[in-house]
Amino acid sequence: MQGFWLPRRIVMAVIAAGLVVWCATALNWTWLADPKYQVLLLQGTWTTCWLLVVTMVLGLLLAIPLGLAQAAGPWWLAAPANGFCGLVRGTPLLLQLWLLYYGLGSLFPSIPWIRQSDLWPILRQAWPYAVLALTLSVAGYSGEVMRGAFKGVPHGQLEAAKAMGMPRFTIFRRIWLPQAMQRVLPTLGGETVLTLKATPLVATITVVDIYAVSSRIRQDTFVVYEPLLLLAVVYMAIAGLIVLLFRWLESRVPVKLA
Amino acid sequence: MIGAALLTSTLDLLAWAPPGWGATLMVALGKSILIAIGAFALGLLIGIGGAYGKLYGSPVTRDLLGIYTTIVRAVPELILILILYFAVTSSLNNLLMSWGFERIQISGFFAGIAVLGIVQGAYATEVLRGAILSVPSGQVEAARAMGMPPLMLAWRVTFPQMLAAAIPGLANLWLIATKDTALLAVVGYAELTLVTRQAASTTKAFFTFFMAAGVLYLLISIVSSLLFARAEAWARRGQTRPRSS
Repeated sequence: MQGFWLPRRIVMAVIAAGLVVWCATALNWTWLADPKYQVLLLQGTWTTCWLLVVTMVLGLLLAIPLGLAQAAGPWWLAAPANGFCGLVRGTPLLLQLWLLYYGLGSLFPSIPWIRQSDLWPILRQAWPYAVLALTLSVAGYSGEVMRGAFKGVPHGQLEAAKAMGMPRFTIFRRIWLPQAMQRVLPTLGGETVLTLKATPLVATITVVDIYAVSSRIRQDTFVVYEPLLLLAVVYMAIAGLIVLLFRWLESRVPVKLA
Repeated sequence: MIGAALLTSTLDLLAWAPPGWGATLMVALGKSILIAIGAFALGLLIGIGGAYGKLYGSPVTRDLLGIYTTIVRAVPELILILILYFAVTSSLNNLLMSWGFERIQISGFFAGIAVLGIVQGAYATEVLRGAILSVPSGQVEAARAMGMPPLMLAWRVTFPQMLAAAIPGLANLWLIATKDTALLAVVGYAELTLVTRQAASTTKAFFTFFMAAGVLYLLISIVSSLLFARAEAWARRGQTRPRSS
């Protein structure tokens, strides 16, 4: 922290504090006092958070085989994996989301055995489609990252493990995957923030996340800017937490790379 | 047989003339591409200024640019678009009213370019800053020692050499720009994604239209990847190949 509080920084901090005070007093925050909106905001934040965690975990689990197939797989595995990543990265997420929600959503009701199955009450809701679209998106983007990470592990290490008679899966579990993950950790933090920034899109298919809650407040109360400012602050706070979390994770793993 | 009949009937929806939606989709695609080009160009301008400001500017400029890039990279584009869309329109109108002019209606087209350009500018700043740093400092110092004026130095020494390092990042930014135009659908601007949804919900042929739009976006990304690869090869001409690791 030495060297941060220079005179100009203090002046800027004062200006920033002044702006915050002005925002808090001059703008209209009365809607925040309404307990109905407080509950909704908390629920919305929770939805955004679990959506982020679930899709990141599922997406990464998919990204590992995708990256492995592209880095070391035979061509009949590498080509489809490569095509999938290109497809996901080449089209807007909003389009993918709407394709899954409206497309599958109009297809499923016309198939009798899906309508009669026990899964139907779940499939009628919007969140499965949101989870699916975000997961595929994470898998596509991270699959590309994992490919580079798997390729970056020095070949000598894998050969040494093979020469010691390690079974293939053990090589993967003990040597290849840990070193790839170690390389990918800084990029992964960025990917998580990008996924966080993609989550408000799910509000367009009626999932009630924090963004949808703020839109509803804006429609109910005709307050234009303030809910948007609150949203920006919430997203910045979550992004800050993600950055801190990954910094902590990076400090936990040994830095020395072969 | 039924499948083939279904396929032709659904492909008829994409025909050029009015019962089909082909022409409408193509117009929307044109709008998307124009907005992406405008936003990318504006982002480049902001990025050049921002990169030079971050590298050579006064300490206060550097801090302010740091705040700009941090905020834009932490807040979802959708929310920035909403904030800027309303803020830019209403503050411009307030300004015009205070000068005694009439209110104007800002077209979604220019608002979209401005908003996406500001978002792109933050990322372009970082890309170009890294690229400028990749130019060996000895070259810049040599040019300064020869008494080259700053603009000529930028044009003759820094710019040609940073291009090769900047193009991969800029290609990525261009692809982000084309995909971010889809976000304007949420504020109601009739670009490709929104028009696709209108067409799909009118005809109930969801898969046909969303997949057609997906193919169009993919074509943009494939064609521009090829073009950027050629541009990079051109910018790297005369450089020795880095040893493959």
